[in-house]
Amino acid sequence: MIKFILKRFFELIPVLLISITVVFFLIRLAPGGPFTSEKSFTPEAMARLNEHYGLDKPIMVQYGDYLLNLLKGDLGPSFQYPSRTVNDIIRESFPVSLELGALAMLFALIVGLLAGIVASLKPNTVQDHLPMGLAMTGICMPSFVLGPLLILIFALWFKWFNASGWELPIDRVLPVITLGASYAAYIARLTRGSMLETLPADFIRTARAKGLSETVVIYKHTLKNAILPVISYLGPATAGIITGSFVVESIFNIPGMGRMFVLAAFNRDYTLIMGLVVFFALLVVVFNALVDILLGLLNPKLRMHA
Amino acid sequence: MSTTKPAKNSLWADSWKQLRKNKAAVTGLIILIILIAASVLAPWLTPYSYEQQDLALGASKPSFAHILGTDIKGRDLLTRLLYGGRTSFLVGFCATAVSLLIGVPYGALSGYVGGRTDSVMMRFVDILYTMPFTILVIILMVVFGRNILLLFGAIGAIQWLVMARIIRGQVMALRQQAFVEAAIALGASRTRIIFKHIIPNVLGIIIVYTTLTIPHVMLMETFLSFLGLGIQPPMSSWGLLIKDGADVMETYPWLLISPALVFSITLFSMNFLGDGLRDALDPRFSKGRS
Repeated sequence: MIKFILKRFFELIPVLLISITVVFFLIRLAPGGPFTSEKSFTPEAMARLNEHYGLDKPIMVQYGDYLLNLLKGDLGPSFQYPSRTVNDIIRESFPVSLELGALAMLFALIVGLLAGIVASLKPNTVQDHLPMGLAMTGICMPSFVLGPLLILIFALWFKWFNASGWELPIDRVLPVITLGASYAAYIARLTRGSMLETLPADFIRTARAKGLSETVVIYKHTLKNAILPVISYLGPATAGIITGSFVVESIFNIPGMGRMFVLAAFNRDYTLIMGLVVFFALLVVVFNALVDILLGLLNPKLRMHA
Repeated sequence: MSTTKPAKNSLWADSWKQLRKNKAAVTGLIILIILIAASVLAPWLTPYSYEQQDLALGASKPSFAHILGTDIKGRDLLTRLLYGGRTSFLVGFCATAVSLLIGVPYGALSGYVGGRTDSVMMRFVDILYTMPFTILVIILMVVFGRNILLLFGAIGAIQWLVMARIIRGQVMALRQQAFVEAAIALGASRTRIIFKHIIPNVLGIIIVYTTLTIPHVMLMETFLSFLGLGIQPPMSSWGLLIKDGADVMETYPWLLISPALVFSITLFSMNFLGDGLRDALDPRFSKGRS
């Protein structure tokens, strides 16, 4: 098992390196430097700026410097906010995004699993159609549709919540639902499907024949096996929650990394874009590896193939 | 050749019969046909142009002259919705076409050749798959400007990965079949076997996953346009309209509601049609399993 974990973590290095390299050179391909928009600079000032940020060096040297600094954990300065480094910006905004993302994931798992189980127990009845119809609605209402509609209805019309902000605990409700809804919907569909596949299995019949209570049969025997596809979905879901946070943090004006990334993209703040992308890539890739390891722990068959 | 033809026809006829029984899928299909036709015929259906402003009018409630109202610049919302549909469907179809053009031959080759080539090719797909791709598309849009052709290419270049994986799995299974062995024995070239014998047999799966890919692609375009990183004004796109509507929803809620509804209904229809086609065409999912 340790060998499997180590192998999985060593595989991360090339993926990360490729991502970083692609993004680095793509950004350098952009026509015009990061300071082109500010026309007020004299050529001398421009040269000084370029020198200050090392942009006058050959591109391969810049690339090498970037990787070396990255190894030290230094993501460099931000072009747009000269007084702060990219590290500062991430340090400030990451906890916010982490809280939003974790709550959304938790919401998606709890609601999705429960709805999926409930639906699978009585297939093709109201108990099945109602949660699955809701799940379909969740899938067809992406965050940028659901978010504004939730604000319109619950913040502007009913005035139950604030339309934006991230100060009070109650401010978490709408953003978390907006971000988590489509994942809850997807998890519900996955759970229902794999529950329906597992329920007729022989070992479930054995468990029932042993006289175990229905609760134990469903939650201990069936769910333990049926949950595997849901766990493998957690990897892609994390990536989706990160990109979803771009929209949700912008809609609700939440000071997290997602909104920072959208602003950086608008301002063409290349070092900040680069830094955030490296950080996002690290998150996604590490989380994918953790999910694989978790699956390996739960299902020994997968370890053999690796 | 003539003996296999009726069998093939009846397979498609069977699938069509099964699809027609699925009410949700048929409803989805009809709604989609109406929406696509309305978008394509937009210039003839509405007396307004999508960029024609009437600043004196400003945002107005739905009325006879403007069935869905006008936005803050006095542009007719129905017109902008129809033109937005043009953009969104165009991106959906073109980017999906790109993903088919790359994904199908790649997956077919990988699955057909097998062995070491296959594992190298699929490892490459796996590596690309773990990369946060939406982010890469955003960077492409930032770096190269918000160009609609680039949008097709960039989104298509992501979606081909899924297509390649699915096709590979199917082709690997087909490769063991007697008719492929027969073609090999008769000395058919590899290209000929892949394009003449294998791909026609995975056509059903290709159709199913194409209908499931299009909504994904449209979702991504709308997502980018919503963030202001996709289609640029004065062009119209559903993402832009939802964004514009969300900005002014406190005073002019109808500007948010109709684009949001139209987009959700489109996604609904596509998903129901996709699910219906999968039940009808993909043998693994047929009868009682869904």
